[in-house]
Amino acid sequence: MPLASYQTSVPVVVDDAKCIADKGCTVCVDVCPLDVLRISDMTNKAYMAYDECWYCMPCEADCPTGAVTVNIPYLLR
Amino acid sequence: MALDQIVDGLSEVSCDVLVIGGGTAGPMAALKAKLKNPKANVVLLEKANVKRSGAISMGMDGLNNAVIPGYATPEQYTKEITIANDGIVDQKAVYKYAQNCYKIIEELDSFGIRFLKNENGDYAVKKVHHIGTYVLPMPNGETVKKALYRQLRRARILISNRYMATRLVKSADGRIAGAISVNTRTAEMLVIKAKAVILCMGAAGRLGLPTSGYMFGTYENAANSGDGYAMAYHAGAALANLECFQINPLIKDYNGPACAYVAGPFGAYTANNEGSRFIECDYWSGQMMLEFYNELLSGKGPVFLQLKHLHPDTISEIESTLHKVERPTRGLFQQGRGVDYRSESIEMHISEIGFCSGHSASGVFVDDNARTTVPGLYAAGDMASVPHNYMLGAFTNGSVAGIDAMEFADSHDFAEFDAADVAMERDRVMAPTKREDGIPPNQIEYKTRRLVNDYLQPPKVTRKYELGMRRLAEAREDMQERMIARNAHELLRALEVQSIMDCADMAAHASLYREESRWGLYHWRTDFPEKDNENWFCHTLVSKQDGKMTSEKRAVEPYVVPIADDEKDLYYKQRIRASA
Repeated sequence: MPLASYQTSVPVVVDDAKCIADKGCTVCVDVCPLDVLRISDMTNKAYMAYDECWYCMPCEADCPTGAVTVNIPYLLR
Repeated sequence: MALDQIVDGLSEVSCDVLVIGGGTAGPMAALKAKLKNPKANVVLLEKANVKRSGAISMGMDGLNNAVIPGYATPEQYTKEITIANDGIVDQKAVYKYAQNCYKIIEELDSFGIRFLKNENGDYAVKKVHHIGTYVLPMPNGETVKKALYRQLRRARILISNRYMATRLVKSADGRIAGAISVNTRTAEMLVIKAKAVILCMGAAGRLGLPTSGYMFGTYENAANSGDGYAMAYHAGAALANLECFQINPLIKDYNGPACAYVAGPFGAYTANNEGSRFIECDYWSGQMMLEFYNELLSGKGPVFLQLKHLHPDTISEIESTLHKVERPTRGLFQQGRGVDYRSESIEMHISEIGFCSGHSASGVFVDDNARTTVPGLYAAGDMASVPHNYMLGAFTNGSVAGIDAMEFADSHDFAEFDAADVAMERDRVMAPTKREDGIPPNQIEYKTRRLVNDYLQPPKVTRKYELGMRRLAEAREDMQERMIARNAHELLRALEVQSIMDCADMAAHASLYREESRWGLYHWRTDFPEKDNENWFCHTLVSKQDGKMTSEKRAVEPYVVPIADDEKDLYYKQRIRASA
């Protein structure tokens, strides 16, 4: 059976101007309990790759530059 | 190599004690095992990252079950937990917890975790339970994980993050021999030989589907997909009272605690749409949840947590705890809804079902030494059967498990396991990656959990259960024959669905076995609406026997603390009576 991709608006937003993943930082990717953040091959910045969020906050709380914002997932808002 | 790309690999390591799960019980178990024998190797395996994993990822607002000299006694606590669980309690483990937990509080204090004290320097314990006083706020509760992590580093515990354990291995004579795990970012497999294994893998929190429809918007940390229950089951361990579901009163849609334990001692209370109280006590029990459920359905709902009658300074104090610790996005959620606690009450709802001894009484069966029914295998925390554990129970029983497991490891050599078991498990784990075409894990998970809601959620109706089990069997066939995983992350989810499916089957099996109603809403069977002490004053144990799911009765151990006849039903007097 063919697969389709399913669009969702993701809750975790990263400010590329503040994110220092391109300098080797992986803190948000490291701490996420659901392992849903990744570093983009194109921008070398962190982003939410999988919409599987517990809106728990370690990514935002532990980010050294304040680049990460956790929003409430749309379906719960 | 890009993250999530599948690597086919298998390696093997060994250690004396393997602790699986680095949330709450796990770090304490690892620490105590290592302190017991500093020369031994202790490995702490974690599916996420120990720094921020588990139910207390962002900390905890307080201890809900602190037995502190001067406020409560171990006898009183044991009695209260026994009554709250309709008597189905092996008191020895509860009593041991109650005796040991004060030492653990002092130890946590020495780690730098602060507990609320009054002007005399005594612990400022609050009353939330029906009978006793056990709730102790933690003003810097957001630092718990960091404090634990420092201790783990200092003790030189070997931490392996991002490894998901999938199955246990045993010797021919049934002793534990280690575990098989898979890297969640590369799919490489790792076999860990161990003399003793401690399971601290948390609740089964992704069993039911939250009413929001967002699969990861669960009450429990959504990483807690019930892997420990499934692993224990497949290793032949017994699981106790799984029909005693966890269902909690939560902030509607947000699906986190509101939280009556924080706000209650300040004067907040649960009220119906008329603004009236309808329950005597906000402590989470099955009986309280039944009243909550009845109120929601009676036309007197919605149900609210009422704060607005309190002084603005008091509300600010409650707010600062609720919006800083445990689930800090609560503030963001309320802000988005335009809810100010000063003028509006918090709309509440009941959670999806799950397994969690943190608040109920089900789990992998353990005795007062945290031993399961498999020699060398231990369990602690939310997945072990000691009832109403909460965080302090996870720490205290984790400590018990760590010490006993190291004693076991010191007196046993490695058990030998069959290499064929590893080969078979590797085939099972990797199967979804070998298919070209099929169904992705998120769809199988959604369907399974939707079926759990439709058919297994209380009230439990026999006919619905029979239909539900048929539907689940169909979903299982799809999962086993057609599920695909296109990268290592999707494989992680595919493995979690298999745990969820096993837990759903166990929930159904255990619920049908107990032919009575007990624990309020948790096990309300419409075909057997009464409590039947004559036939069912016992534990039920689910286990895998000759490859088949089997249930049996197990007698409740003689009480250590006797309960008088007129005390037995105290938790059944939850509903506020209209006074003349």
